[in-house]
Amino acid sequence: MNLAEILDTLNASVLTDKVTLQKSVENAYCADLMSDVLSFSTTKSILVTGLTNAQVIRTAEMAAIEMIVFVQGKRPDSQTIRLAEEKQIPLLVTDLSMFEACGKLYERGLRSKLHRHNQTPTIKCQAKSH
Amino acid sequence: MTNTEEGVFFLTGKDFTNAGAASSSLKGILERRGVPPDIIRRMAIAAFEAELNVIIYAVAGMMKYRVTDTEIFVTVQDMGQGIPDIELAMTEGYSTATDHIREMGFGSGMGLPNIKKSTDNLAINSVMGEGTTLEFFIRIRSGGTEQA
Ligand SMILES: Nc1ncnc2c1ncn2[C@@H]1O[C@H](COP(=O)(O)OP(=O)(O)OP(=O)(O)O)[C@@H](O)[C@H]1O
Ligand SMILES: [Mg+2]
Repeated sequence: MNLAEILDTLNASVLTDKVTLQKSVENAYCADLMSDVLSFSTTKSILVTGLTNAQVIRTAEMAAIEMIVFVQGKRPDSQTIRLAEEKQIPLLVTDLSMFEACGKLYERGLRSKLHRHNQTPTIKCQAKSH
Repeated sequence: MTNTEEGVFFLTGKDFTNAGAASSSLKGILERRGVPPDIIRRMAIAAFEAELNVIIYAVAGMMKYRVTDTEIFVTVQDMGQGIPDIELAMTEGYSTATDHIREMGFGSGMGLPNIKKSTDNLAINSVMGEGTTLEFFIRIRSGGTEQA
């Protein structure tokens, strides 16, 4: 799903300036605790969060997350936006709640592929749903 | 081993404005060296978790790194309260973080387990009332020198 489609799906707007919008993602993660993001996220991802401090940008930087969407109209301060611009991470904001934002992205096909670190063979997920 | 690079970053407890800056710099160094992205990501995650623990729980500390063509070694040493029970601290979900820390996005008790999972080796040493030292490394797959 590309950034333009995400903006449309979430009725979101872009907060960053001079950051490429030519990005797309395959996975989505939703968290307000950063270690959770760092432990289960994978690359090619969007992070949906209600937290707007600089640590969110740092977390996305470390985990190589492509873009962040803030829910419920929450906006980070200008210093945090500048950090994201420096790291080339697009920041989006939507008025939707966390639940609705995630629901809409799920509806459009995004999933949370679970990261397994450098451990032994991943057990392939067999079921779609029951 | 021809191309070794090392350095140190200083960390200040409670300095949340700069939290993550050391790990970000280390990530930049690894990128410049052309280390594979998945290795960089693992090291960045481990370094960031260790850096944040110093900022949150200690008074001050430092992050030392040594990068060779085949490995990345990091030592994060702090002056602080120390960890009374390392095994307990390594348990997923165990955290002593306050509500204030949680509101900032930390305290899920996943930091130390994340470091262990992201690295090829982690050693923790802690002395109560003095401080904590974490040592970890990741092998860089490419380079051809790898045996083991
Ligand atoms: N450098 C340190 N000095 C003193 N205590 C520490 C240090 N690092 C970790 N601890 C203790 O170990 C616990 C577990 O650490 P860990 O990093 O796994 O989780 P956390 O920091 O509580 O939450 P998270 O890392 O998920 O945000 C901490 O809550 C704290 O009590
Ligand atoms: Mg931690």
